[in-house]
Amino acid sequence: MRKIYPSAAAALEGVLFDGMTIAAGGFGLCGIPELLIGAIRNAGTKNLTIASNNAGVDGFGLGILLTTRQVRKMISSYVGENAEFMRQYLSGELELEFNPQGTLAERLRAGGAGIPGFYTRTGVGTVIAEGKEHKEFDGKTYILERGIISDLAIVKAWRADPSGNLEFRKTARNFNPPAATSGRICVAEVEEIVPLGALDPDKIHLPGIYVHRLIQGAHEKRIENRTVRPRAAAEA
Amino acid sequence: MPWDRNQMAERAGQELQDGWYVNLGIGIPTLVANYIPQGVNVTLQSENGMLGMGPFPVDGDEDPDLINAGKQTITELPQTAYFDSAQSFAMIRGGKIAMAILGAMEVAENGDLANWMIPGKLVKGMGGAMDLVAGVGRVVVVMDHASKHGESKVLHRCTLPLTGAGVVNRIITNLGVLDVVPGGLKIVECADGVTEAELRAATEATIIG
Repeated sequence: MRKIYPSAAAALEGVLFDGMTIAAGGFGLCGIPELLIGAIRNAGTKNLTIASNNAGVDGFGLGILLTTRQVRKMISSYVGENAEFMRQYLSGELELEFNPQGTLAERLRAGGAGIPGFYTRTGVGTVIAEGKEHKEFDGKTYILERGIISDLAIVKAWRADPSGNLEFRKTARNFNPPAATSGRICVAEVEEIVPLGALDPDKIHLPGIYVHRLIQGAHEKRIENRTVRPRAAAEA
Repeated sequence: MPWDRNQMAERAGQELQDGWYVNLGIGIPTLVANYIPQGVNVTLQSENGMLGMGPFPVDGDEDPDLINAGKQTITELPQTAYFDSAQSFAMIRGGKIAMAILGAMEVAENGDLANWMIPGKLVKGMGGAMDLVAGVGRVVVVMDHASKHGESKVLHRCTLPLTGAGVVNRIITNLGVLDVVPGGLKIVECADGVTEAELRAATEATIIG
């Protein structure tokens, strides 16, 4: 069982096909699998359905797969930072399924956990509930949401060991663990692969059972909305 | 003088109670973090996976792995905990967050809230707002009382697609504070220098009592 691959392209060999469903980790541009996204662009795989909280920005993150028209449908909660996305959506070129953020996270988690559906209060009385089963529990109305099993999950972590155990850093964890578990195959990209035994087994955020292929690489880690206080004011 | 953005945020800060876990939305609600009353300890949740959100970093200390739900760079605190998005919304859906303070495009007298899209014009998405209003203990809306065109945003019925039905408990605007009660809205207080008559005149929704 060898999980480490020499490049993003090599790690995706044999797993990409037109019309597939991909779950991608990340929140905004934080914790996104930028190397694997680039390799999917280079592979030219088309008609993709992508479940991801956001769609990147113009020219970075999943935005690059929109530019190349490789995406048929997005399943997302928020797409506000991407002009090309908006243009393709409003012109009918791109399908968009809005999911509430927590519903999307739970759909991925449930799919990976062998749970085909779950009832939630989220979205009751809104357009999100249209066409979905409604059911009362203890006097409150819930709607049925389905788990998502993806053909491929692409995620980004901070560190991994060769067995695929992953450690994330701060808020870059976000959708990566639920997205990873939803995948029939999960490919993870990390900043550093450390030797077996270097990760504390008590501090592993995602066990290697969910991770099938692994690459290490340099990440740009672009900041979407840099917000700071002036140093002088903070020290005053 | 009606309240300005900071005064609305300061008034919203009075809603916070010691020991609460609270989620602040984007816009004016984010400013509420600057007006947490003395002696009140609250833990701010950021739905992208963090409890114990600290202030913005000083110039040069920003970390691309540490952002809030508005994608702004932030800092951690000694009590900070990180977790994934499924865990984050488990605590929201599970009712562990005492209160959410959110912005709005429209609020109705039955507690309906619309703040996520304008059909044909603005398609950004609901983010975590639908989960928050369905899951947290109490929902407080902070917004301008009227639109840029001077029309009341406090309505009999929302005209925009809903974020949640019957979910709002309290509305804080530049003109005052209103509670959602059976039969309509009830005036809690008027902003400094705003009369009750002015507040009523600026409100489309039914005000009872």
